[in-house]
Amino acid sequence: MEGKSSYGGNMEYLKATELKLAPPGSDTQEATSGVSTRPKKRAITGPNEQHTKSKVQVVGWPPVRPQRMNSFRARRNETVDESGGMYVKVSMDGAPYLRNIDLKILHGYKELRTILEGMFKCSSLGGAEGYDEEGHAITYEDKDGDLMLVGDVPWEMFVSSCQRLRIMKGSEARGLS
Amino acid sequence: MREEISDMSEDDETGERARWAPDLSKNRSDDSDSGPGPPIGDSPPPFSDQILENVLENVLEFLTSRRDRNSASAVCRSWYRAEAQTRRELFIGNCYAVAPHRAVERFQSIKSVVLKGKPRFADFNLVPFGWGAHFEPWVKSFGAAYRHLERICLKRMSVTDKDLTIIAESFPLFKDLTLICCEGFSTFGLAVIAERCRHLRVLDLIEDYLEDEDDEVVDWISRFPETTTSLESLVFDCVSCPFNFDALERLVARSPSLQRLRVNHHVALEQLRRLMARAPQLTHLGTGTFRSGAGFGEVDPNLDLVSAFGASRSLVCLSGFREIEPEFLPAIYPICANLTSLNFSFANLTAEELNPVIRRCHNLQTFWVLDSVGDEGLQAVAETCRDLRELRVFPLDPSEDSDSSVSDIGLQFISEGCRKLRSILYFCQRMTNAAVVAMSKNCPDLVVFRLCIMGRHLPDRITGEPMDAGFRAIVMNCKKLTRLSVSGLLTDKAFEYIGCYGKLIRTLSVAFAGDSDGGLRYVLEGCTRLQKLEIRDSPFGDASLISGLPFYYNMRFLWMSSCNLSMRGCKEVARNKPNLVVEVIRDGVEEEEEEEIEAVEKLYLYRSLAGARTDAPAFVKIL
Repeated sequence: MEGKSSYGGNMEYLKATELKLAPPGSDTQEATSGVSTRPKKRAITGPNEQHTKSKVQVVGWPPVRPQRMNSFRARRNETVDESGGMYVKVSMDGAPYLRNIDLKILHGYKELRTILEGMFKCSSLGGAEGYDEEGHAITYEDKDGDLMLVGDVPWEMFVSSCQRLRIMKGSEARGLS
Repeated sequence: MREEISDMSEDDETGERARWAPDLSKNRSDDSDSGPGPPIGDSPPPFSDQILENVLENVLEFLTSRRDRNSASAVCRSWYRAEAQTRRELFIGNCYAVAPHRAVERFQSIKSVVLKGKPRFADFNLVPFGWGAHFEPWVKSFGAAYRHLERICLKRMSVTDKDLTIIAESFPLFKDLTLICCEGFSTFGLAVIAERCRHLRVLDLIEDYLEDEDDEVVDWISRFPETTTSLESLVFDCVSCPFNFDALERLVARSPSLQRLRVNHHVALEQLRRLMARAPQLTHLGTGTFRSGAGFGEVDPNLDLVSAFGASRSLVCLSGFREIEPEFLPAIYPICANLTSLNFSFANLTAEELNPVIRRCHNLQTFWVLDSVGDEGLQAVAETCRDLRELRVFPLDPSEDSDSSVSDIGLQFISEGCRKLRSILYFCQRMTNAAVVAMSKNCPDLVVFRLCIMGRHLPDRITGEPMDAGFRAIVMNCKKLTRLSVSGLLTDKAFEYIGCYGKLIRTLSVAFAGDSDGGLRYVLEGCTRLQKLEIRDSPFGDASLISGLPFYYNMRFLWMSSCNLSMRGCKEVARNKPNLVVEVIRDGVEEEEEEEIEAVEKLYLYRSLAGARTDAPAFVKIL
C-alpha cells in the first residue's frame, strides 16, 4: 500500500481520514453513539463534564475504566476553571443567616468540618461518620436534589455533585445513613 | 502464591503463570478447553487397558499446563479419558464458546473454574447493558456436577445474588471466589457467601460494579462466622457503599491467616491504623483513602501511623491512597525498601510529593501511578527502580483534550533506567517515534506494550510524522512481545510491520488507525499467533474481514466497532464458517426491527462449539 506523503499539518488529509460515528456515506456532524445506560443511579460515575468542548466526546475513549473517570479534580494550585471557585450555600438549622463556602479551596472532609465549625461556632461538628455529641450532622444536596450525608463518597466526587450544604440536627438525619 | 498482576486487575497477560494469561508456548490453539479428541460416551476399554489408564491417570495428575493437557487429550481415546478424569482446573476463555453441560460431561472432577465473558471493550461502555455473559447456566451446571469445587474465578461476567447463593449452597468445600469486572450482584449476595462458605479463604472483588440501592445495603461483613476464620485474602475496594468498620476490625482480629486486605474509601487513616494493629502479618494492603478522618480527638494520627507501618515488616504491596493527604506519606518510608508493588494510580501527587517515597523503593517491580507526577516524577522512578517489571501511567484527566504532564520525555527516562521492563501501559498526549524506538532497544524483555496517545490521530510531536516507525521498532526489537496496543497517527505501513514482525502477538488492540483494508489484512495474515483482536474506529471494510476467513477458527475472538463493515460482508463470514458465531450489535434497539440497516456498527465474532446462543437480547443479531 502506498503511504500517504502529505503530513505535517495537512488538515484536509486528516479530515478525509478522520472517522465519523455516523453511518458511512453520510456527511453529518460527528455524534456520540448510544451510551449504554444503567437502570440505576451510579455513585461512582457522574456525568462527564467538560470544561472546554473542542471536540464532541467519543464513547469509551480514552480507554479508561469507569472507576477512573471523574475520579479527580484539579489540585488547588492548578485550578483552571474559569468560574473562579465553587461556592455553595451553607445553612444550619436554627441559624438566622446562610453562609457561602468555596469547596474548591478545600482538600478534604477534615478541612470542610474545620471551616464549618469555625463558621457556625460549634464546638465540634461530627466525627468520621458525620455525627457528634451534640447530634449535628452535615448533609448536602446533590445534583439530583437528594439529601445525602457528607462523607460517603470520595472527596472529589462530593465536590462535583454538591449543590448546597445543610447542617441539621442528628435526629433528623438518622434516616440518611 | 498469587501473582501480583492478577491482583491489580486490568487486563494483563504477562508472566509465565499469571492466572489470566494464556501460556506462552508454541501451539496455535491455546485455550479451548475442548481440544480435539474422540466423542464422549464410547464403550469402556478392555481390562488391561484399564490398568494402563489408571497408571496414566496417576501420571497426568501432575500435568497442570492447559496447553499440555489439551495436547495429551488428543493422543488417543485412552489418554483422552485419563486426561478428562484428572483435569482439576477448567479454563474457559469465552463463556459462549462451549455449552456448560458439555464441559461438565467431559470433565467430572473439577476443583477450580476460570470463566471469562464479555469482550474487553465492554469496560469502556462499548457493549450495551444486558448483552449477556450470564453466570447462571454455568453455576447451575457446576452445582449439580462438581461437589468438590473449591475455586471460582470470573471475569466480565454477569453474576446475580441468586448465583452467589447457589455457590454458597452447592459447594461445601468452597474456598476461593474471585470476581473481576463483574456486575449484577449486591451486598446481599456477599452476605450469603460470607455466612455460608465456612472454609472461605479468598474473597476478592476487583473492579466490580455492585447493584446496591442506597437504602438496601446489607451489613455483609458482620455475616462472617464468629469463630476463627481461614481467610487469607479479602479485597473489596470496589464495593463503594459504607460498611461496618467495627465488624471488619473484629473479623481481621480473628483471621490469623489474613495476608491480603484491601478496603474501600470509607476507611480513614485512624481506622487503617487499627486494622494494621490487628493484622501485622499482612503482605498486601489496600489503604482505602489516605486521609485523616475528622474529629478524632487529640491523638496525632501521624505518630500512630508511623509506628503502624514500622511494625508491618511483611508488607510488600501497597495500594489505595484515594483522597491522599500527602503530609502523611512519610509514615510509609520505613517499609518502602520492602515494597515490590506500589499502586498510586488513585493518588493525585506531584513529582515533589512522589520523590521522597519513590527514592526509597529500590526493590519495586510493579508501579502504577497517575500522570500528575509528570516526566520529572518518572525520572525519579527510572533512577531508583532498576528492577521494575511493570509500569502503568494513568491519566489524571482522562479526556482527549486534557493536558497530560507525561510525554515522550518520561518514556525515554523509563527506558533508560528500567531495563528489565516487561509490561508497560502509558497514557499521554505527546509522543515521539524516537522515544518509542529507544524503549524498544533498551527494554528487549517487553512482553506487553500498550501506548495510548489520548488525542486521536496525533503524529510524532517533533517530526509531525506518523507513529509507524516507533511501533515498527517495538515489534522488531521486542522479540517476546505478546500483547500490543497501538495509538497515534498510524498508516497501513504500521500494520504491515506488525504483521511482518509481530509473530508472537496474541492480543492486539487498535483504535483510530490505518488507511484501508490493507492494514487489517497484513495483521490477519501475518500474526500467526493472534488470539484476540479488538478494533475500533478504523477504516477496515468487508474485504479485509473476509480476508481473515482462514484464520478465525484459530482465534478466540474478533471485535470491530465503528469500522466500515456491512451486513453483506458479515453474512458472508457467517455463511462460510459454521463454527463461528457472528454477532452484530446495535445500540438503542428495544425490539426486533424489521428494517435491517446495512452498515454494521459493532461486530463481535468468536469460535464456538455451542452454536448461536439462546440468551441474546434484542439488540444482538446473530447471523
